[in-house]
Amino acid sequence: MTTLPAPPKVKLGLVIDLDTCVGCHACVTACKGWNTQNYGAPLSDRDAYGEAEGTFLNRVHSYTMQPGSGPAQTVHMPKSCLHCDDAPCVTVCPTGASYKRAEDGIVLVNEDACMGCGLCAWACPYGAREVDELAGVMKKCTLCVDRIYNETLPEIDRQPACVRTCPAGARHYGDLNDPASAVSQLVAARGGVDLMPEQGTKPVNQYLPPRPRDTLGADEDILASFLAPVYEETGAEEATGFLGWLDRALEKV
Amino acid sequence: MHPAPSVIIFSSLSGAGFGLLVFLGLMPDPPRGWVAFVFFALAYALAVGGLLSATFHLKNKKNAWKAYREWRSSWLSREMWAAIAALLVMAAYAAALVFLDLHLAPLGWIGALLSLAVVFTTSMIYAQLRTVPRWNQRATPALFLTAALAGGALLAGRPVLSLILLVALGILQAVHWTRGDRRFAEVGSTLNTATRLPGMVRQFERPQTGENYLTREMVYQVGRKHAATLRVIAIALMAVIPAILMALYLVTDGAGLHHAMAGVAVLSHLIGVLVSRWLFFAEAEHVVGLYYGAHAGVARAA
Repeated sequence: MTTLPAPPKVKLGLVIDLDTCVGCHACVTACKGWNTQNYGAPLSDRDAYGEAEGTFLNRVHSYTMQPGSGPAQTVHMPKSCLHCDDAPCVTVCPTGASYKRAEDGIVLVNEDACMGCGLCAWACPYGAREVDELAGVMKKCTLCVDRIYNETLPEIDRQPACVRTCPAGARHYGDLNDPASAVSQLVAARGGVDLMPEQGTKPVNQYLPPRPRDTLGADEDILASFLAPVYEETGAEEATGFLGWLDRALEKV
Repeated sequence: MHPAPSVIIFSSLSGAGFGLLVFLGLMPDPPRGWVAFVFFALAYALAVGGLLSATFHLKNKKNAWKAYREWRSSWLSREMWAAIAALLVMAAYAAALVFLDLHLAPLGWIGALLSLAVVFTTSMIYAQLRTVPRWNQRATPALFLTAALAGGALLAGRPVLSLILLVALGILQAVHWTRGDRRFAEVGSTLNTATRLPGMVRQFERPQTGENYLTREMVYQVGRKHAATLRVIAIALMAVIPAILMALYLVTDGAGLHHAMAGVAVLSHLIGVLVSRWLFFAEAEHVVGLYYGAHAGVARAA
């Protein structure tokens, strides 16, 4: 069924911290590793020694940002499926391959029904869906549905591979419909936002904006406190000896 | 958007084919016998040829039959239903005309309506996409329907209706282009809304060194530099030249080489529609391009 289910009681999703992400692409690699070896068609790589190209469910973009005030910043932005409440990729699917789960809101593709028309990828504003060129079916983030409910895994591993692997702690996973959950509290505390709200997709995944960088007051001299003892020791603020003479001589010229 | 030849050929040819079926279904006194056979064969060749061409862009053709399932939500599924229904109904109508010399008018009306539904559902596949602002406007279905009807009128040999529809097509095409040029800015997606970062945001690095499915399929930018020239060529071939030929035909009261003239008009129109449809894809900007550093200019315009 590609009509959307009634709003699910549990909305599993990710919270991604743009302040903490260092752009190491470990989540990209972990995602590709898990999802190539487990559920569905593997994520192919093609022409590895030429125009290398492959299928990924998670990609890390990098942007530079010059805020109105303060220094410029580099921001790394991991992006995968946002498991939208109002997922346009689901309703456009003609075969019923693309669907949103009623129980936890995860958006999935049934590869046995996908005809590879690509319309769902067109409908997605975030570029979360890619047709695998070898398998010919649509691939997308499953929120590691085969990990999070997998009781054969140790409990600590029952979270998406990207979250489990992130060395910076920039990715968080949980129920975003439960205001008491750790992820919901994080979103509330840090002012989490939807990407492209004007597209009306109501994404479940939230992004935490980078914190403003520390700033220096105009009268603050970061080196002054370190130099003061040096001046005290030498007893002079001006250079002495040959360099002192050179300095004075050059100033006169 | 990547202008896939299979999809461009599909929407141009099948549009004209279903347009011809509309006229064959609505004519008060349609052709019969062999003449009817030639007309219907032409319409079916265009409509079915176009549909077959469209299946070439499917990456997993063996599941194409499953597209019947989701007519409740999917315009692509509705298109498949409409196409099958229209082709079956018109086949019965055509068989009666060709073999029995029998005009089942109500069947023709139903077939005509279904043929229009095919073109409408095709157009809605594009018009529904908020992610491609240029397509996401009311003029898109109007443009597709008028193009199909104008092509159908030309093929059915209806000079007066052709002239009216060709003029309407030219106007609608111009409206679609001018409105389309503003749509991206109207929708308001920018790199700021895409990243929700404040201030001046620019792409620093792509996620990968090469291309990917998204950049090839949706961040297509080649050929836009000739867009203005191609627009003139498209509208001239699609609407202006055939309209002038139809007007000449009407003024001279059908004297002279009217069959050759009609042939030139049809050919010019079809080539023009192909160019217009190529532009429909090549000029369309998908909002995902913003994540890849594209469309900054379109997002700021207007």
